[in-house]
Amino acid sequence: MFKELLANEFVFPLMLGFVFGILCRINLLRTDYRQYPTYPHGKIIHVSLGVIASALGALAIPALLKENYTAVTFLTVAAQQFRDVRNMERTTLNEIDKQELVPRGGPYIEGIAMVFEGRNYLVMFTSLVTTSAMILFQWWGGVIAGVIALAIASKLKSGKTLQLIVEVEKAPLRVEGKDLYVGDIYIMNVGLEESQKVISEQGMGFILIPKDANATVTIAHPGQRQAILHDVATQLGVFTDAGEPSLTPLVKRDLHTGRLGVFLLPQVKDQERAEAVIRAVPILESVFRMPQKTNAAKQEV
Amino acid sequence: MTSQILAVITLSKENIAGGAPIFIEPNKEKMQQTAFTLEKILDAMVHEVSEDTLIVVRHK
Repeated sequence: MFKELLANEFVFPLMLGFVFGILCRINLLRTDYRQYPTYPHGKIIHVSLGVIASALGALAIPALLKENYTAVTFLTVAAQQFRDVRNMERTTLNEIDKQELVPRGGPYIEGIAMVFEGRNYLVMFTSLVTTSAMILFQWWGGVIAGVIALAIASKLKSGKTLQLIVEVEKAPLRVEGKDLYVGDIYIMNVGLEESQKVISEQGMGFILIPKDANATVTIAHPGQRQAILHDVATQLGVFTDAGEPSLTPLVKRDLHTGRLGVFLLPQVKDQERAEAVIRAVPILESVFRMPQKTNAAKQEV
Repeated sequence: MTSQILAVITLSKENIAGGAPIFIEPNKEKMQQTAFTLEKILDAMVHEVSEDTLIVVRHK
């Protein structure tokens, strides 16, 4: 029976595609400061889905070559399946977000969910390319194509970060009686002297200056601003507790110039690190706007 | 609007009227103390409207 299996001309291409697909998923599965996917169960879920994705990707071309045209409908099943992955991630993250001291915010969650779906397609792409290359050009063709596909997948893995579109500047935090400012940007009204004291001791201020009109519109989005606050809170801690709304980190916008005043309350008061964290905040895909690309608004927005 | 005034703490009661509970205090120190207590009890935020009036607001 084993011999029969090996007699099939597509067994090795399938296996190679399958292996490269799984490698691709593992390569793309990183748990970083976001602590997501969680270890070990979150990882198990995604590796298993990656296995399914790579099997589907590897099967497509051999199925066609065997003139089994209906097998291609499998791919639509796959697309449906991975849309569910996105739903699953969205639901989980939304549940977690309700209890978060500094929530991620909807657009950030949407971005993460989208990434999970997208990575499964990258896995399918890798195994599909590997299998077809091996069918066409022997085993070495498959390996080369697989390695190239892996490289492309890693390149597509990470998006852009805020440092591309804004200048981050340290700014003094001013508590003037009830009024709280970062540089010249008004943040909020704090009535309690106790809170004013804590804020002036623990607070930290930054001003983000957009580099162009696209950046101005992008960072104005509340989802993008929430992502900044969440990222700083996960990496530097946050000096607050549930039910302490007066100790809430906030980002406010200067309406005239589009600059953002970022007021932070980190547990670790390290300005350099906070600045590095803000620079590395991902630009949320669903929030990114490019008004400069339209013909209607060729002039400065 | 989702924000809501839960309580008012004031030194001059003649300036205040309306729906929220009003706490009248003799001096600023007492006013701050009451505001602090109310903030912790209500899990809300204290804002200063004027020198002698604080409000406790629940945001969201």
